[in-house]
Amino acid sequence: MTSAECYNDRVVRLFLLAATVWGIIGMLLGMYAAAELAWPGLNFDIPWLTFSRLRPDHTFGVIFAFGGSALMGTCYYVVQRTGHTRLAWDRLAEFTFWGWQLVCVLAMATMPFGITQSKEYAEPEWFIDILIAIVWIGFGAVFFATLARRRIRHIYVANWYYGAFIIAVGLLHVVNNLALPVSLTKSYPIYSGVADAMVQWWYGHNAVAFFLTAGFLGMMYYFVPRQAQQPLWSYRFSIVNFWALISVYMWAGSHHLMYTALPDWVQSVGMAFSLVLLMPSWGSAANGLLTFNGSWHRLRSDPAAKFMVLALVFYAASTSEGSLMAIKTVNSLSHYTDWTIAHVHSGSLGWVAMITIGSLYAMAPRALGRPAMHSNKAMELHFWLHTAGTLLYVIAMWIAGVTEGMMWRATQPDGSLTYAFIDSLLAIKPLYMARWFGGVLIWLGMWVMAWNLWHTAADARRKIIQPVPVPIPEPVARQTPAPLPTSG
Amino acid sequence: MAYRHFEFIEKHAWTLGILTAVMVSLGGLAEILPTFVEANRVKLAAGGKPYDPLRLAGRDIYVREGCYLCHSQMIRALRFETQRYGRFSTAEESIYDRPFQWGSKRTGPDLARVGGKYSDDWQRLHLMDPRAVVPQSNMPGYPWLATARVDGADIAARLRTLRTLGDPYTETDIAGAAKEVDGKTELEALVAYLQGLGIANEPQTAPAAAAAAAPIAGSSPWARSGVISPVS
Repeated sequence: MTSAECYNDRVVRLFLLAATVWGIIGMLLGMYAAAELAWPGLNFDIPWLTFSRLRPDHTFGVIFAFGGSALMGTCYYVVQRTGHTRLAWDRLAEFTFWGWQLVCVLAMATMPFGITQSKEYAEPEWFIDILIAIVWIGFGAVFFATLARRRIRHIYVANWYYGAFIIAVGLLHVVNNLALPVSLTKSYPIYSGVADAMVQWWYGHNAVAFFLTAGFLGMMYYFVPRQAQQPLWSYRFSIVNFWALISVYMWAGSHHLMYTALPDWVQSVGMAFSLVLLMPSWGSAANGLLTFNGSWHRLRSDPAAKFMVLALVFYAASTSEGSLMAIKTVNSLSHYTDWTIAHVHSGSLGWVAMITIGSLYAMAPRALGRPAMHSNKAMELHFWLHTAGTLLYVIAMWIAGVTEGMMWRATQPDGSLTYAFIDSLLAIKPLYMARWFGGVLIWLGMWVMAWNLWHTAADARRKIIQPVPVPIPEPVARQTPAPLPTSG
Repeated sequence: MAYRHFEFIEKHAWTLGILTAVMVSLGGLAEILPTFVEANRVKLAAGGKPYDPLRLAGRDIYVREGCYLCHSQMIRALRFETQRYGRFSTAEESIYDRPFQWGSKRTGPDLARVGGKYSDDWQRLHLMDPRAVVPQSNMPGYPWLATARVDGADIAARLRTLRTLGDPYTETDIAGAAKEVDGKTELEALVAYLQGLGIANEPQTAPAAAAAAAPIAGSSPWARSGVISPVS
């Protein structure tokens, strides 16, 4: 039985386009910043082009503009499909799209000109923070209102993660950005010193947890079974992992402040919870990978599935690396070095970008009214460019990080330090160049994706695609909330 | 059995949302609230003052330019750190830093105690063109700081905002702020800030306490003992 009610895929398509454009911009900024570290002349003494002004633009561009657009787009897609209902409040959904794009443009146009709070991953100034909060509340309202009008009584697991992502990121954003403005372009945080450090890394760590992990796990839990064409390996296992992940993650932020002036007990609690965190992280990764049991042959012909499988492998690898680095002894070597950069990028390029790209390749044809992506070969090429680039990047930064850590602590038999600081920079300079080249490969891959999506969207651009009707399931007795009447 | 309860949660969006909010709040509450209480107990040693107007302007330029992305201001309680950079950093030293400047990455060296290590001239030259003084450096130059002037009225407004947040500035401090930074360039302000790092707010730098390195451990809840072995 079908009805006249159709899925709202318009807003999904808009977010898909935005994610592609921001992905290219964000990674271009990263590539340029990486080049500046290897060839400092590239700063050209231009303020807004200088590394220290550009780096926040790179992180904001890839996390919030690229990742955020992909998350909101897939979230709107998934909540409609799993609830068998149209998105609630079309106009509010449209507002969240334009609002979020305005946030990204404003943030990225102000930060390089020195209008910044300079709190890592929360750089935009207070007036942009208020706009972010408004858009976020709108996003939450659309999501939960859509859940409320669902026709399937059970809320599918992907939605728990999207829900946790919305709730937690809202909470983190508000608490971390409490500030008193001096003028339109300058504010001071209400916290200072140790308290600010604790709040900032509670935020920073959990931005990773709920933006870069929970949100993308929501993506994973829908698109992996979809692409494997099999049910999730274990639904019950995903329940255990969900509650464990969301409650344990929040305790681990202090592992960013080991051996600092933060009270010792907080450091130790952070380390302990970071080790516990290994379980739910591996649990989710295993659940995703085992879902492919019985359909591994798909990897031979389906690049989207390849992206997803490698994403899960990187997720398992970088979360175990994270737990390892949270051990105080290891942290004393890894902290402040490029090992941190390697870890971040194995998570963001390996896990986040790959699950996103895989999911976009799975979602795009369906949202664009086509049977498949325009070119399978192009997806294949993208997969190899992205994989090669990521490996080159991460391996170069691992070697650089361990080199720095070893050189900073090396002492002579008489107790004096072996190396000056500049020696460690000279030792890793070739690795900075290798890292830049890895970034170039990844960026080229994004262009291949953009080309492929452009052609896949040919019908959508000519506005000749039909909206997808919502399949209305058979009514369930005593369902709460009561199922919507079939319209038309 | 137990799954029944989960099933209930998974069929009720409000229950799911509220329980999620509760579970994600626990960790933050447990770690942040006690940290606030302890942070409120931290006081500067007698004579410690918040940043004077010129150094405050310098600090805000440091923040604006994003120096924290490559330089930490946190000497960890590890022997090879204290040997390279000086005494380990304590909580008292950053109570006037909004936001805190501990950093997360060292592409360049730690700056917590860089004050006085180089001359003002060296700092100026280095900020204008780092490779003129350190040929292998990959730090960008910041030559625009030399021509930009510090805005006196803006600095006074900043002091007033900071006083609202609890930093001990007096009415006289605020009234005299504009005059103190009058005619100064941003470069001069930043150099003044850098030259004060690790000196002005370092605890126990009063002459009497300078020699007393041993009593530091245990003198405050923040100090730790047994972590630092003496340099042999």
